[in-house]
Amino acid sequence: MAATQNNSASAGKSTNQGFVYLPLVVGWLVPGAGHFLLRKWGRGALLAISIFGMFVIGVAMQGKIYSHASDILEVLGLIGDLGNGLLYIVSRVAGLGADSVQVTTADWGSRFIVVAGLLNVIAAVDAHNLRTGRKPS
Amino acid sequence: MFAPSHFTAVLLFALFASTVFGITMRDTPPKMLRYGAYCFVLFVGSAIVLSWLMYFIAR
Repeated sequence: MAATQNNSASAGKSTNQGFVYLPLVVGWLVPGAGHFLLRKWGRGALLAISIFGMFVIGVAMQGKIYSHASDILEVLGLIGDLGNGLLYIVSRVAGLGADSVQVTTADWGSRFIVVAGLLNVIAAVDAHNLRTGRKPS
Repeated sequence: MFAPSHFTAVLLFALFASTVFGITMRDTPPKMLRYGAYCFVLFVGSAIVLSWLMYFIAR
C-alpha cells in the first residue's frame, strides 16, 4: 500500500515538471498540436482532421466568422470562434467567411465554425489533463 | 460554395463531433471507439426522430 502510494506520488511529481500549460496553449493555437507535443500521434491526427475539417467545411459553406459582438448571441458566437486559435486569426486576416448570413447553408456553416472552436477547447483541455496525469494515457 | 443537404450536414457534424468526444472523454482506444460510435448514433438518431416529430407536428 505504502509502496503504491510512493509510486503514484513520484509519477505525479514527474508529470508536473516543466510548463504544464504548454500542451493547453499549443493545442488551442493549433488543433491537435497539444497531443502531438505529448507524442499522441494518432489521437492528435484525428483531432486535427476533425476540428480543421469542421472549420474548413464551415468556411466553405460561407459561414460567418464573428469579428465583433453587438448582442448576447454574437458574444457567444465570438467566444466559440476564438476557440479555433490560429485558424480564427488566419481566417480573419485572409478575409475568409461571410460578413453576413445570406442563405440557410451559411447559417449551418456559422455553427460548424463555432462548434469547431468549442471542440478545439475540449481537445486542448484533454491534452492538458494528459500532461498533468489527471487523465491516464 | 459548398452546399450539402441538411442530412449530409448532420452526418458531417455528427462524425467530427463524435470523433472529438470519443477521444477526449474516454481513456483507452476501444472505449474511445465505442463512445464515439455511441455519440454518432445518438446525434444522427435524435436528428431523425426530431425531424419526423416536426413533420407530424406541421401537419
